[in-house]
Amino acid sequence: MTAVSAGQLLPWLLVAPLAWAVIAVLIESRRGALTIAVHAIGVLLHVALGVALYTSVARSGPAAHALGGWSAPLGIGLRADGLAVTLVLLTAVVSAACAVYVMTTERAAHDADAETPRYFWPLFWLLVTSLNGIWLAGDLFNLYVGLELLGLSAVGLVALGGSETALSSALRYLMAALLGSLAYLLGVALIYAAYGTLALPELAELIAREPLTQLAIALMTIGLCLKTALFPLHGWLPPAHGVALTPVSALLSALVVKGSFYILFRLWFDVAPEAVTPLAAQGLGVLGAGAVLWGGWQALREPKLKMLVAHSTVAQLGYLFLFFPLAVGTGVSAAALATQGMLLHLVAHAFAKSAMFLASGTLIAAAGRGGVADLAGIGRHMPMSLFAFGLAGVSLMGLPPSGGFNAKWLLLQSALASGQWFWLCVLLSGGLLTAGYVFRVFRESFVESKDSQFTPTPRGYDWVALTLAAMAIALGLASQAPLSTMTSGLRVMAGGT
Amino acid sequence: MRRRVARHAVAGVASVAVGIALWQAIGVRSIPTVSLPALVREAMPASGVSHDITAVLLNFRSYDTLLEIAVLLAAAVVALALRDTPRERMPASQPYLILDTFVWRITPLLVLVAAYLLWAGSTRPGGAFQAGSVLAGAAVLLRLSGLAVLSVDDRLASRVVVVFGLSVFLLVAAGTLLAGQPLLAYPPAWAGALILMIEAALTLSIAVVLFSLFDNAPQSRPAAAPAQRGEA
Amino acid sequence: MNADRLYAYVGVVLFAMAMYAFLTHTHLLRRLLAFNVMGGGTFLILVGLAQDGRGPDPVPQALVLTGIVVAVSATALAIILLRRWFALSRSTALPEDQS
Repeated sequence: MTAVSAGQLLPWLLVAPLAWAVIAVLIESRRGALTIAVHAIGVLLHVALGVALYTSVARSGPAAHALGGWSAPLGIGLRADGLAVTLVLLTAVVSAACAVYVMTTERAAHDADAETPRYFWPLFWLLVTSLNGIWLAGDLFNLYVGLELLGLSAVGLVALGGSETALSSALRYLMAALLGSLAYLLGVALIYAAYGTLALPELAELIAREPLTQLAIALMTIGLCLKTALFPLHGWLPPAHGVALTPVSALLSALVVKGSFYILFRLWFDVAPEAVTPLAAQGLGVLGAGAVLWGGWQALREPKLKMLVAHSTVAQLGYLFLFFPLAVGTGVSAAALATQGMLLHLVAHAFAKSAMFLASGTLIAAAGRGGVADLAGIGRHMPMSLFAFGLAGVSLMGLPPSGGFNAKWLLLQSALASGQWFWLCVLLSGGLLTAGYVFRVFRESFVESKDSQFTPTPRGYDWVALTLAAMAIALGLASQAPLSTMTSGLRVMAGGT
Repeated sequence: MRRRVARHAVAGVASVAVGIALWQAIGVRSIPTVSLPALVREAMPASGVSHDITAVLLNFRSYDTLLEIAVLLAAAVVALALRDTPRERMPASQPYLILDTFVWRITPLLVLVAAYLLWAGSTRPGGAFQAGSVLAGAAVLLRLSGLAVLSVDDRLASRVVVVFGLSVFLLVAAGTLLAGQPLLAYPPAWAGALILMIEAALTLSIAVVLFSLFDNAPQSRPAAAPAQRGEA
Repeated sequence: MNADRLYAYVGVVLFAMAMYAFLTHTHLLRRLLAFNVMGGGTFLILVGLAQDGRGPDPVPQALVLTGIVVAVSATALAIILLRRWFALSRSTALPEDQS
């Protein structure tokens, strides 16, 4: 791999998953060993590409690739800085874990002659393609196409369940996604009219504070917040993430909602820092605080386990938005701390939440029903799944040692450094609410119950969930290396706003 | 009732606000300094086609088009996943002289129009999507008039055709990478031929996918009486 | 006012009107139609505003073609979900919008 430069590697991260989507359509009617082998090769290749790109960029700096040989603004550029390649690697790892979970299900179903949902794999690979496309994009309109591919494949994955609730959730999700992308596209139209280019690096130099630009950024921000399910636009998320197949829920909560957030972050802090205002940032922060409190409260009251985890996603996404008031209009050190905290939270939440969804799915598969109360007595039978659930919970609550703890600690320090102590209250009460709903699940699980029956589940399920949860914890023990890669070269770290 | 009023009020305020803001902003914008049309004109000789929109779609911004075809595939895959099994067979219909004559006469004409649109794409408005839509329209017409059209189902042959266009596109993309070039950087001498090849493959797949989206849409009446001829 | 500027203004009116329809209707097919009109308005703004005072520009026209394919795909996906949902629930609106 040493002979290949990062710039040459970039396009393979799009071509490979897209090729596997085509292959997946072609081998869809086959079941069993062949499917598993083919997709295992795809997953391994994808992880290898992700690792190679990450190490290359971490060692020798950002890379770029001019698609079609036409340099921007005429052509479309791909670019990979430390943040982009970290998210590529995160996508590779989390999607690989979800893929292994699905393969475990398929093997168990094959042995038992049972049906598994059809056409999962093509949509899975299209989803992975779109995520990589978004992380690496260097063009405003290309991001729109990437967002649509992400939205449609995610909606399709939700609908695969086929039940009435799956369909209504998918439809609600689709309506929100479509409205969000149109708002974004309208913003793109205004930006092109004002600056005559769509290339992000060029726009970053041109964009000035003027009414049309600010309107464009506002429209794009609203659209992206809707897609990221920021309170109070979050109504579509819990049903969609709660009803989807377990590995799909994990992908959606860990990665998909981060796609639109990532674009928002790039827009505010890389492309148009001149056009955004501290007032707007405070507004996003207030909504984020609303999400932390409301999502946590809803999770506390939720009777169904997967819905509880989905409400928790709404709350955890709120923390991402607390970053805005800490980074816009504050000093360099507060902004740098907030950026580190937010990015670490994004990665830690991806690991912890995918682990938590997978563990919950396993618990539900064992209990046969999806209520939190149905878990009574499961503590004796499924210690591994509960342990994974608990480890993920530690990171979500922000207890040391975990990625979640370090992230919240950094956000807290940033709040103090910028003199905005009121965000501390949100951080602390959010942590308490999280502790509340995680312990609620544990309390039910350890209730002694004689009459409950549990079906055994494949061992593979627990290993996958445990691995992801362990990564969320490990991120707390070794935050420094990924953080310095992620934040290298970001404008906000140098006090760009 | 209160919820309804609230919904209308919020929607009204939001739409009026967006409308007014856009209306005002359009009036005060500045004219950009970067001129993409000039860059397009400059690069046209190396693009392999003589129509500038086709050059943008399939050469300068071909990556957008690649992802766009992936979006279309996502919809087609969901349609295949959610299609009814077993499907209600269309009842064999009685001959319907005027309709049948009309459809049989117009179908070859539509195929011809599609072929022209595909070919025209390199020099004037036209191209794969336009040609594919006309073909899909012809297939829908045949289906609605109860005449035999193969359905796009789970058979391997159907799935091969659905992904054919994307496969050709991807093979070209991988080929450029393996040749040490940037993704989808065509050698100028071959650019015209490669673009036409990709467009031809895309036309076939787009036609089949659009028709499959129509054909595979779930029946809205489960277990209803068989559809009457002419009702569709 | 030149033609391009007029397209942009018409696009603004279409977008705002369709946005109101999208947010107020409960019938999912009507919302889908509203989405398509909103898309049409956006495309008019994209091309009209880019060409206003600068002459023809192939780039936004190509972007709109891409946008149309994406909108067609999204619409088809929505109709497929909607028909399946209707077949299962005999309802044309989301559960929370049913009176």
